[in-house]
Amino acid sequence: MDAINSLLDGFAVALTLQNLGLAVIGCFLGTIIGALPGLGPANGVAILIPLAFTLGLPATPALILLTSVYYGAMYGGRISSILLNIPGDEPALMTTLDGYPMARKGQAGEALALSGIASFVGAFIATIGLVFLAPLLVKVALLFGPAEYFALYTLAFATLGGVASRNQAKAAIAAAIGLGIAMIGVDHQTGVPRFTFNDVYLYDGIHFLVAIVGLFAISEVFLFLEHRGEGEAGAGRLTLGRVTAPLRMIRQTIGAMLRSTVLGFIAGVLPGAGASLGSFISYTFEKRLSDKDNTFGKGDPRGVAAPEAGNNAAAGGALVPMLALGVPGSGTTAVLLAMLLTLNVTPGPLLFQSNPDVVWGLIAALFLANVMLLLINIPMVSLFVRVLLVPPRFLMPTVAMISFVGIYGISGSSFDLIVMIAFGVLGYLLRKLDVPLVPIILGVLLGNEMEKNLRRALTISDGDWSILWSSPLAIGLWTFAIVGFLAPLIVGRYLRPKIADEELGEGADPD
Amino acid sequence: MSDRVFGVVCILLAAFFIWQATEIETGFIVDPLGPSAFPIIVGVVLGVGGIYPIVRPDPAPDWPAPARLLEIVFAVAVMIAYAMVLPRIGFVVATAVAAGLLGWRLGSGPVAAAVGGVAIAVGIYVVFHLILGLSLARGPWGF
Repeated sequence: MDAINSLLDGFAVALTLQNLGLAVIGCFLGTIIGALPGLGPANGVAILIPLAFTLGLPATPALILLTSVYYGAMYGGRISSILLNIPGDEPALMTTLDGYPMARKGQAGEALALSGIASFVGAFIATIGLVFLAPLLVKVALLFGPAEYFALYTLAFATLGGVASRNQAKAAIAAAIGLGIAMIGVDHQTGVPRFTFNDVYLYDGIHFLVAIVGLFAISEVFLFLEHRGEGEAGAGRLTLGRVTAPLRMIRQTIGAMLRSTVLGFIAGVLPGAGASLGSFISYTFEKRLSDKDNTFGKGDPRGVAAPEAGNNAAAGGALVPMLALGVPGSGTTAVLLAMLLTLNVTPGPLLFQSNPDVVWGLIAALFLANVMLLLINIPMVSLFVRVLLVPPRFLMPTVAMISFVGIYGISGSSFDLIVMIAFGVLGYLLRKLDVPLVPIILGVLLGNEMEKNLRRALTISDGDWSILWSSPLAIGLWTFAIVGFLAPLIVGRYLRPKIADEELGEGADPD
Repeated sequence: MSDRVFGVVCILLAAFFIWQATEIETGFIVDPLGPSAFPIIVGVVLGVGGIYPIVRPDPAPDWPAPARLLEIVFAVAVMIAYAMVLPRIGFVVATAVAAGLLGWRLGSGPVAAAVGGVAIAVGIYVVFHLILGLSLARGPWGF
């Protein structure tokens, strides 16, 4: 049981005072970020990365802080879903369906407690899954050569475009934009400048944090400006009642939680799916299975437990490909990958061998963060409810200014700030046009690796392109990529959250 | 219509990108593929992808009314001005003004916006600079 031993070593890393402290701060901030409508896990983590970086935290503590934020945001999203009928972030969308009716029935406290427990069950079991699945995946990944890696990256883009987006062509455009941005700067292999227009600032390329913060955080400010005054939540009358879930209710929903955890975890592991899909699949499956008396949508506790267990399990599952292969499966894990790259830690199979303390320390910290989150989220939930009352007219300028602080801290140049604003405008336009932003981020992050592997493969074969599909492993990856991209076209649109289309058609924050 | 414009922009961008890629001068270190092949592939994907929204556009998004669009342009202008003057006048003053202006346009009253701007600037300064030790832009007055 190698995994267990490594995990115990991980606990030794995580159980230092500093790391525990960072996990507490991360959980706390994450819950707030998740709870606030307009700030989701992806843009919340994106704003915090430059800060963690400029504060000079080493890799393990920085990763612990930010993954705690990630897990915390998954917990926090349910609060405004249940109380205000506004999802705090996209994965929490399904929780509104039964959570808000429960709150209307005077069961807000019960719904919050139950969803907290469901989040805990989902995230905890998914983290156990991560412990066992990630090392297995690493064993496979060690067999990968450059050709297989190139196929794997293509697979990530293909499934991201196929399963998780509404329009394959727009996803392909987004991926190409991201890859194109990654090409800017001096070519790593031959040292020639590309797309720099002889501008010194561009020789280093565009820093992916600048792109990420601009696309996710600054564009959010513009969307808020556009929708100013619409749907200002009447949060004045919030009666919580007792924040406990009766034992009977837990017994009634435990089956739903466990089933949803499995579904959510699988959805998370698949590249390109992520937590929104996890909660959607969990809810629809549970509804089909147990909605015998037509109670779903009218405040059925199982309808609260299922999506919450599902999205938290997916959050854990999404870390599997990110850590084991270096290929993120969702928006937030892409952002976490950005942080690892900033810290000069390259995720992938070698990470498990060369930096086991980082990986296992992180996983141990996730277990601890989960317990903390359960403790924070049930007794202290009324504190977070008060945070919801902060009006966007103070929140959004703060978000913008913290973004500027973080990016300025990296390079201290006005040029980067202006590039960030440009990305903010681009992000706003693309969100209006319903072009997904996650493939752009993935392209910016993976572009150079992808090109490097392609060129290495062709150097090995001396220019013969057939090397790309010469091994069974590579053929398998290509097949999966093609199926992943085209299947949604053929199977129809069953996999896609239909409600998400209507309510969050624009500006949906990717998980 | 918006989608058609978007598709055309993508194709033009792809053409420009591919043209620039062919202009890359190769150095004396050469690998079989060279530095311009992958960008050309990316450009082709972008160009081909751009055809679809022209042929089958999605329903147009509801663009904001001109007044709101002006608000966004104003916010962009405030941010760019902020980025330019930040190193010259220092973090606290620049941030107080920028955050105040943004807050005002997001619906605060003038007084509340000014107070909010100062509070945000001082709050960030205290938390990130004094407590966490992050270096922020120093103006002529040292803050």
